[in-house]
Amino acid sequence: MNTIRILIKREFQAFFDSLIAYIMLVLFLGISGFFTWLFGADVFMVGQASLRAFFSIAYWTLFFFIPALTMRLLAEEIRSGTVELLLTKAVTDREVVIGKFLSTFILILVALLFTLPYVITISSIGNMDLGAVISGYLGLLLMSGAYISVGLWASSITKNQIVAYMTALFIGLFFHLLFGLLSTSFTGFAGQMFSYLSMQTHFESITRGVLDSGDLVYFLSIIILGLFLTETTLSKRKLSN
Amino acid sequence: MDIRIENLTKKYGGQRAVDDISFEVKTGEILGFLGPNGAGKTTTVRMITNFILPNEGTITIGGKDMRNFPDEIKRHIGYLPENNPLYHDMPVIDYLEFVGGLQGIPKEHIQSRVVEMIRVTGLNAEKHKKIGELSKGYKQRVGLAQALIHDPEILILDEPTSGLDPNQIVEIRKLIRELGREKTVILSTHILPEVEATCDRILIINRGKIVADGTSENLRKQATGKEILNIRIEDGDPNDIIKALRDLPSVSQAGFLDRHQDRFEVHSASDSHSAKDIFNLCVTNHWTLTEMIPFETKLEDIFRELTTH
Repeated sequence: MNTIRILIKREFQAFFDSLIAYIMLVLFLGISGFFTWLFGADVFMVGQASLRAFFSIAYWTLFFFIPALTMRLLAEEIRSGTVELLLTKAVTDREVVIGKFLSTFILILVALLFTLPYVITISSIGNMDLGAVISGYLGLLLMSGAYISVGLWASSITKNQIVAYMTALFIGLFFHLLFGLLSTSFTGFAGQMFSYLSMQTHFESITRGVLDSGDLVYFLSIIILGLFLTETTLSKRKLSN
Repeated sequence: MDIRIENLTKKYGGQRAVDDISFEVKTGEILGFLGPNGAGKTTTVRMITNFILPNEGTITIGGKDMRNFPDEIKRHIGYLPENNPLYHDMPVIDYLEFVGGLQGIPKEHIQSRVVEMIRVTGLNAEKHKKIGELSKGYKQRVGLAQALIHDPEILILDEPTSGLDPNQIVEIRKLIRELGREKTVILSTHILPEVEATCDRILIINRGKIVADGTSENLRKQATGKEILNIRIEDGDPNDIIKALRDLPSVSQAGFLDRHQDRFEVHSASDSHSAKDIFNLCVTNHWTLTEMIPFETKLEDIFRELTTH
């Protein structure tokens, strides 16, 4: 446990040392703030004291930002050879994977904490449904976890950060958009299956305030599968490389 | 802690990068691990540090099998990998604290260990800089410091002095010798004088197989088989001298090196030394012995001999 804490601390520092964290925070807050308050179907246009506008824009901004955060995590270690240094220390492959996952997850948590002023402002405008806000944030966190996990795996299979980014985005696109689109053009079992695989289905059901165990299972399965595949990819070097 | 390697084999594709090697390194021994590029040195070192797993064979460290107790064993190993990879975005102090923490140093001791390592490796002036800003020699010192920070019982160094200036090389070699008194050290290198200066034992590997194992004197002896002396004897008839030399029981062979200058090459009989006999021969015949130089086979020659065919 102590080892994981040390790994998280180092990764978290690396985000801020390399300015990635600042860029990500500024862009995330800027874009989500702009669309929540100023443009399109914003809060004033909708005329309701709700954060629906924010959640649906964060749903897309996080989708693009998370692969940019995860692409470096393992690809850079493999490229520079520091992976050998790291994995020959008294740590297990699993601890490294979990440490890297959690450090990114905490960064997303920080980014979302910075949007709390939105919540405070809106709750002062009108009667806000606090339950829907909490479940909306929960939905964003679960979705982030799933994409971090996918991104981490994409970063473990290559030494090129761009390849890692594109791979993560490509896989993410299926969950984010394509499965949803496919579900509308199929009927019966295939339609149901695609609808179940689509992240939009689960995300919307959570943001509506309905916390279904099925949705939780969906997100947690993606997270665990991603982490498991990452660990497997790391451990494979022992046998073949 | 001792290291015991038995029948270690690693295959890449169909090729055997390391082919059924066995050796032991005892506590307090510095083993020089030599071999040409691609001989399997780095592969072997990576197996000992559990970065990769062998296809066959066992690695036992301190009586424990690496396959069953990798995390426990890794705690006792200090490792400086080939090419010295480091996190260039981290300041020296932060990096050493990070490694110290990972290697399980209790929190309250980390600070003092970091200070100690910075002192030992002479990094004081650079300790607040980011590693990426350091010169190659200083990076190498950071690499050594991170390998030593948890005072490991086993030290595995891949090219530890590359990029250092001659003064630093002397210092680092001295440090390795000091550490080697109580630790088990494997020093993988291309630099032959370095091996002679620091190592108790030499292991030469070629094409995945061990081709020589022993002290540098042993290796020399194996290579030449016997002692060779280059001598110069004056004030006598060269033909008489050569005849007398050949008659000595401890001499197997004698010949002229340079007839006009009275120089001779004398091969001792195997397992005997002829220097005393030659000296006494000169005294009894009133010849003047002006030079006697033992001919040393260079380690370079032995290395070439063993690894080029």
